Amino acid sequence: MTRLSGGLIDRGTTLNFTFDGRAMTGHPGDTLASALLANDVRLIGRSFKYHRPRGLVAAGSEEPNGMVELRSGARREPNTRATMAELFDGLSADSQNRMGSLGFDLLAVNDLMSPFFAAGFYYKTFMWPRAFWEKLYEPMIRRAAGLGSLSMLPDPDSYDKGFLHCDLLVIGGGAAGLAAALTAARAGARVILADEDFRLGGRLLAESHTLDDAPATDWIAQAEAEFASLPNLRVMRRTTVFGAFDHGIYGAVERVGDHLVTPGKGVRQTLWRITAKRTVLAAGATERHIPFANNDRPGVMLAGAMRAYANRWAVSPAQTVAIFTNGDDGHRTALDLAAKGVSIAGVIDTRADARAQGDYPLFAGAVVSDTKGRLGLKRIAVTREGQTQWIEAGALGVAGGWNPNVHLASHHRGRPVWNDDLLAFLPEPGAVPGMVVAGAANGQGSTHGALHSGAQTALAALAELGITAPAPDLPRAEDAPVTQAAFWHVPGKGRAWVDFQNDVTVKDIKLAHQENMRPVEHLKRWTTLGMATDQGKTANVTALAVMAELSGQSIPATGTTIFRPPYTGVSLSVLGGGDTGPNFRPRRLTPTHEWAASQGAVFVEVGQWMRAQYFPRKGETHWRETVDREVLATRAGVGLCDVTTLGKVDVQGADAGEFLNRIYANAMGSLKVGMVRYGLMLREDGHAYDDGTCARLAEDHYVVTTTTAQAGPVYRHMEFARQCLWPDLDVQLISTTDAWAQISVAGPNARKLLERVVDGFDLSNAAFPFMACSELTVCKGLRARLFRISFSGELAYEIAVPARYGNALMARMIELGADLGATPYGTEALGVLRIEKGHAAGNELNGQTTAQMLGMGRMVSTKKDSIGAVMSRREGLTAETRVLVGLQPVDPGARVAAGMHLFAQGAAQNTQSDQGWITSACYSPHVGSMIGLGFLADGAARIGEVITGANPLEGQSTALRVVSPHFVDPEGGRLRD
Amino acid sequence: MLIPHPLLGPRDAQEFTYLGDASLLDRPDGMADTAPEAFAEYVYLRDNPAGVHRELWFHEQGDRSWLIVTRNTVTHEILGAELARDVALAAIGGAQ
Repeated sequence: MTRLSGGLIDRGTTLNFTFDGRAMTGHPGDTLASALLANDVRLIGRSFKYHRPRGLVAAGSEEPNGMVELRSGARREPNTRATMAELFDGLSADSQNRMGSLGFDLLAVNDLMSPFFAAGFYYKTFMWPRAFWEKLYEPMIRRAAGLGSLSMLPDPDSYDKGFLHCDLLVIGGGAAGLAAALTAARAGARVILADEDFRLGGRLLAESHTLDDAPATDWIAQAEAEFASLPNLRVMRRTTVFGAFDHGIYGAVERVGDHLVTPGKGVRQTLWRITAKRTVLAAGATERHIPFANNDRPGVMLAGAMRAYANRWAVSPAQTVAIFTNGDDGHRTALDLAAKGVSIAGVIDTRADARAQGDYPLFAGAVVSDTKGRLGLKRIAVTREGQTQWIEAGALGVAGGWNPNVHLASHHRGRPVWNDDLLAFLPEPGAVPGMVVAGAANGQGSTHGALHSGAQTALAALAELGITAPAPDLPRAEDAPVTQAAFWHVPGKGRAWVDFQNDVTVKDIKLAHQENMRPVEHLKRWTTLGMATDQGKTANVTALAVMAELSGQSIPATGTTIFRPPYTGVSLSVLGGGDTGPNFRPRRLTPTHEWAASQGAVFVEVGQWMRAQYFPRKGETHWRETVDREVLATRAGVGLCDVTTLGKVDVQGADAGEFLNRIYANAMGSLKVGMVRYGLMLREDGHAYDDGTCARLAEDHYVVTTTTAQAGPVYRHMEFARQCLWPDLDVQLISTTDAWAQISVAGPNARKLLERVVDGFDLSNAAFPFMACSELTVCKGLRARLFRISFSGELAYEIAVPARYGNALMARMIELGADLGATPYGTEALGVLRIEKGHAAGNELNGQTTAQMLGMGRMVSTKKDSIGAVMSRREGLTAETRVLVGLQPVDPGARVAAGMHLFAQGAAQNTQSDQGWITSACYSPHVGSMIGLGFLADGAARIGEVITGANPLEGQSTALRVVSPHFVDPEGGRLRD
Repeated sequence: MLIPHPLLGPRDAQEFTYLGDASLLDRPDGMADTAPEAFAEYVYLRDNPAGVHRELWFHEQGDRSWLIVTRNTVTHEILGAELARDVALAAIGGAQ
């Protein structure tokens, strides 16, 4: 096929591309679809279920058939619509869903099996036997009924996201959208005009109509020139607005680099969130098909698409074409193609009173009843008054009427409204607040109607914003009314396709009707109608009409589909917007991170934090070796650990003490200035929420700590209590987690080390006893806070300095403490130290445990009201007998695993006899075996008893002795020395 | 969604954390004799209306205000937003 005359392609430049390895050429302005037609390719793919040969049906984003795998390697992109792929030099495309060559597909045998593949087939057949589903049926179906395949490689391109705001968002750059944008932009409003095409104009580019007696492209060029001069207008080409969300927020994808061989250093696509005060939806309309027997052969396409290919891209799918129409619109295609020298074999019009509008054979009151041509259309059967004749035609354009693109207007569950004159669903007015619909999307599809409704809706939208604008001068344009018969499908014996992409035929709809799958939602699921990647854009209304005919109801009574975002497919890559890999979430580094990295620390992710897990030394071959050394060094000398990640909340105000009394289960108001107290918070339902320390720095100033994991939630909870529950208390809160670097200094040499750092501060036990706190200065003048608290059971302190000094302080203390055995330890050793001491942590405070279980039941004060106090006293919680105990294997070599369940020795291991579980376990270098903490029924009374720890997943059963949870220094002498 | 913050103007809902029914402001007195029953209701029973709902949102990535947002759960229309602290203070004032 040679090109026709005219068209909006740059014939001076040739672009090379390949399809299934064959070298071909096209021009700038082409889509892959138009270039394939220009290279005589009609057969583009195989259908989903029956592997029928298929060609292009449409010319835009509604294309159901013409899907290809675009590009190769890691950039391979399956299921790309050839109609939306802008041609570029070096493009490579491959057909998909075939086994063998495209011309001879081995799975075409499915087509012969079609009686077995009818609607509901999968539901009925593959139900039994159940075991066959996963192993046999599903893989078989997935292989046979498929789309393209993924590259399985990481996406090499980058993606971005952005935010835009405007007074008026205009969706669609056709006649209505251009008129709306011009009107609003001239009035000074902030306007965004978005169109999915790479060229503005919409259907104006596809038609031969003139505007003011000149080609429509002249007027478009004029408008674009004016747009370029208006700084308050942003034109977004290649941008699909895919969803209308709440409060004027729209999602859009801009294909920034899809039309380039590679996006290079630029982004491939950008996800935009557009917040618009008002929106004009000018999304146009989609033509529909008229099903008849064998209507799916390559060469059978929508008549409007055929016209677009001829006018915009100067290609025709064949030298001789026929048109099948139920209205005047099909005649336009015949006229436009004839004007370009294409031979018209005939216009078959379902209306008996139809008249020819040019020099072509007309078959009035006739239908197309069948077709022939296995890999491409060769002839069509025209039936009139029971008589059938065969006509030679290489392509057939079908004009079944136009469906307004109501999708975005229905994203808030608006129900489209049937219009009997237009034989179409129109958007429900006001269904999306702030959105008005113009042009063909609102049933005003003539060029005149589109231009004027675009301008009028823009004026009305601006008036609501208090912006007055003059009505623009619009060019004279055609204003032909819609003349069309309600003719929906050609009855007959053969298979007539309704949904090409999912291979749903009229017969399938009939079967759904027979089987009482009549409501539209059932119809959809029983037949898979409209469930393919095109979401049935060309199929749904026709299917409704067929169902309406079968059920004897009107079309609106039969139902409508509910539209949900996205309008067309959106890649997961762009939804990620570049937030992948290290950008997936923020990474928080502790103040001593740099120092830890320089010491060769191994880091672990704790929420967003990166914490030093352990500090391996030369010669250490296993992490346990390192951790054991760190633990022993701490208990023998002094260990240092960055504990900045624990949440810190600064609480100030005259009522700070009273406020904390109500937040904590235990009393805090009575805490003396200069002292610290352990605090337990409950949830209002009575379960343990979080724990930490509460230090009173002044009468009206407390600093409380939270666990690392709950730092955010606890702060939120405290703000809730302050603002919503007790707003009358004089108290202020601020999170200071990131403001202070905090380092734990633990071990018998802790005091000696700190004495070398503080500026003459008396650290003696008398002056600064266990649980004391103070503000002081260190390292000659650096302000600091010191807390004598211990998580390890050793003599221990936590020292806090402004965050930016954390790194230096850590380095200084390690240096100054070299002779004291100062050793950095990570989160692993931290965990071992606290398990050995029997301190509860996140594993024990898992949201299902109570103060009583933690052995702190008496801490919940009955003298005051605090959050969770009342509910903690309810029967169900007080009857709980499981309490925290220590567990030690009878055989010191045995393994203890967190998650093990606890049973009396010899008892059956089932739910009924379950007595608890192990929350934390580790190897204890102090004990010389593994140890565990766990909740055990009547645990307090069972010290010394031997029980069974069961790990049935790994077939493990271990004899465990119940011991005190305090494996180290149970009397607590060390930390008080 | 956009939430009309009484101090900061319209803010994106993504800046907020949702909690739920604003009835959580009416915390019973934990020292009262009827506290067990009152707390069981307070903690566990919520209305779940299809329609206008007063609910708590926390401006976590903003000024840390707790807001009471009146929202239609069917249409997502937001009918107003108040500082929860103001509402709670007014309730105390009304009770005194």
